[in-house]
Amino acid sequence: MLHIVNKSPFEKNSLETCLRLSSAGSSILLIEDGVYGALAGGEMAGTIRDALADRTVCVLGPDLLARGIDPGRLIDGVEIVDYAAFVKLAVEQPKVQSWL
Amino acid sequence: MSEEFTSGTVKKFLYVNRRAPHGSNYAQEGLEVALIGAAFEQDVAMAYLDDGVFQLKSGQDTGKIGTKNFSATYRALGDYDVKRVYVERESLERRGLSQEDLMPLVYKDEDDDWEEKPLIHVVSAEEMRRIIDESDVILNF
Repeated sequence: MLHIVNKSPFEKNSLETCLRLSSAGSSILLIEDGVYGALAGGEMAGTIRDALADRTVCVLGPDLLARGIDPGRLIDGVEIVDYAAFVKLAVEQPKVQSWL
Repeated sequence: MSEEFTSGTVKKFLYVNRRAPHGSNYAQEGLEVALIGAAFEQDVAMAYLDDGVFQLKSGQDTGKIGTKNFSATYRALGDYDVKRVYVERESLERRGLSQEDLMPLVYKDEDDDWEEKPLIHVVSAEEMRRIIDESDVILNF
């Protein structure tokens, strides 16, 4: 399953709940304000590192760029994807859950 | 798409509710959409997570805030053949609530001489993960 989070974890608990309730093998994609969750020094970093043990975590590159976040600031292991890869992820996964 | 609607396929719908009931319209609309889905004989399950667990709190009274008290409508879930209402235990506990604080929703089991059975199942995060994975369509409110 592809889990999409588009809200900042500092504003809403969508990312926290997504990380708690996503299964091993699933993919988590952070878009829009969701990309702030992937900052290495942020509060969610520990939980995201735990998730990386059995899930993939991606952020949408254009949304990082728009927010001035350098890829070097991200948690190690988080992948940066472009729009084409976003589409590919959505097509490859049989189901999508968008955490509002 | 038209084939999906004409082939009589029953899909497993999961309505994920994560917001408290009276500060926004999400809760009421989530409930109404779920009841509509159930009326069209889809397999409907409800999940209450995070502040969504407050929707099921017993004793809600909106008399003095001038809005409709739709909490009584949750009792209709059983009548619409919704038999699976899941509440995440961790969300309840983090808010100082337990199952005893929730409305005692029931459904009448047609396979068991119409005996009234509890509708609400308090489940662990582990069980909730499985419920999400096993549903075909997820709608968020």
